[in-house]
Amino acid sequence: MKNELIDYVLHLADTSLILGQRLGEWCGHAFVLEQDIAITNISLDLIGQSRSLYQYAAELLNDGRDEDALCMMRNEREFKNLLLVEIPNGDFAQTLARQFYFDVYHELQCQALLNSKDERLKAIAEKSLKEVRYHVTWSAEWVIRLGDGTQESHDRIQKSINEVWMWTEELMSTAPYEKELIEKGIAPDSSSFKIPWMNKVKEILKEATLTLPADETKQSGGKVGTHTEFLGYILADLQHIQRSYPGLKW
Amino acid sequence: MVTIDEIWQKLEEISDPEIPVLSIVDLGIVRVVDVKEGVAHVVITPTYSGCPAMNVIEEEIQSKLTPFIKLDLSTQLSPAWTTDWMSEAGKEKLKAYGIAPPVDGPGGMFSEVKVPCPRCDSSNTKLVSQFGSTACKSFYQCNDCFEPFDHFKCHR
Repeated sequence: MKNELIDYVLHLADTSLILGQRLGEWCGHAFVLEQDIAITNISLDLIGQSRSLYQYAAELLNDGRDEDALCMMRNEREFKNLLLVEIPNGDFAQTLARQFYFDVYHELQCQALLNSKDERLKAIAEKSLKEVRYHVTWSAEWVIRLGDGTQESHDRIQKSINEVWMWTEELMSTAPYEKELIEKGIAPDSSSFKIPWMNKVKEILKEATLTLPADETKQSGGKVGTHTEFLGYILADLQHIQRSYPGLKW
Repeated sequence: MVTIDEIWQKLEEISDPEIPVLSIVDLGIVRVVDVKEGVAHVVITPTYSGCPAMNVIEEEIQSKLTPFIKLDLSTQLSPAWTTDWMSEAGKEKLKAYGIAPPVDGPGGMFSEVKVPCPRCDSSNTKLVSQFGSTACKSFYQCNDCFEPFDHFKCHR
C-alpha cells in the first residue's frame, strides 16, 4: 500500500509541477502585464503545491532523496503527470483551454481529498483548494470573455477548446496504483469527477457561446509514465542545471 | 530561562520580507509558541503554498531564537491560514503602508469586491486583476485619486 501511496503522491506532485513549469514559460511574454502576472501567480501556486507533495513523497520514500531530487533527478518515464499539463502553451487560447479543463478538475479533486483518510493529503488539499478557487474563476472568466468576445477571439478559443479536448479523458481515468487507495478512502475515485466536471464545462462553454467538442480521439498514459514527446523537452529545460552541476545551490 | 512571552516578543521583531511593515505575528502565521524542558516549540503556517518568503522567515526565526534557546521549528498546513488571523494592528499598518487590508465579499466569476482606496478612502475603486505583485494581493485602482494600489486578498 505504501508504494501505491508514493506513486499517487508523485502523480499529484508531478502534475502540479509540470503545469507550473509550463505556465512559467509565459513570464514576460503575455499580452498585457496584468495577465502575465496572473499566469505566473498561478504557476507559483502550483509549484508551491508540488513542493508540499514532493516533501511528503520524500518522507514516505525515506531513501535519502529530498524534494529537489524528486523534482530534478527523475527521468521522463518516472514522471506520472497527466498528459494534459505537458502539451505546449501554444497561443493564449490554447494555454487557457488547457488551464480551464484542468482547474475545473483540480477543484473537484481538492474538494474530494478533503475527505481523504490520509491526514497529510487532506491538509495539502485544504491549503490548495483556497488557491485553486482563484484559478478556476480566472480561467472560466477568460473562456467566457474570449468566447463571447470578437469573432477572432471566439474562433480561436473554440479551436483550442476542440484541440485540447483529446487530453481530458485521462483526468477521469484510474491508474493501477489508485485502486487500493480508493478502496481505503485515501484517494478519490477520479471517475466520480466525470459528471460534475462535464456539467461545469458545459455551463461555462454555454455562457461563452462555445460548442462542446465532439467525442473523438482520446489519449492517456501520463499517469503511468507513458508521455508525449513534449515532456522530455520540459524536463531538459527544468533539470539541466541540476543535471550538469548536481547539488548546485543559489 | 526564556519565557513564552519573550519568544512572542522576539517573533514580533521579524517582519514579512515582502511586506516589511507587517511582523509575522501580525500576519497570523505563527500558530503555536510553547516551551517544554528548555526547548522552544514554534509552529508556523504558510500564507500561500508557493510563498517564497517562507524559507527566509524560517531562517530569521532560527537566527532570532537559537542564540537564547534550543528551537524546534515546524510547519503545519492544516488548518489552512486565513486573513481572519491577521491582527487589527496589522490591518492598520497595512493601510498606512498603502495596501488595502482584506475586505470580504462575494467570490466567483465577474464579481468585484469593493475595496476602499487606502490613500483617499474613496470607495469608487476598480479591480484591475485578481492577481497582484505577490500571491496574497490583488490589484486595484482608485477612480477618484487614480492611484493604483494593492489589496491584501481576503483568504477564507
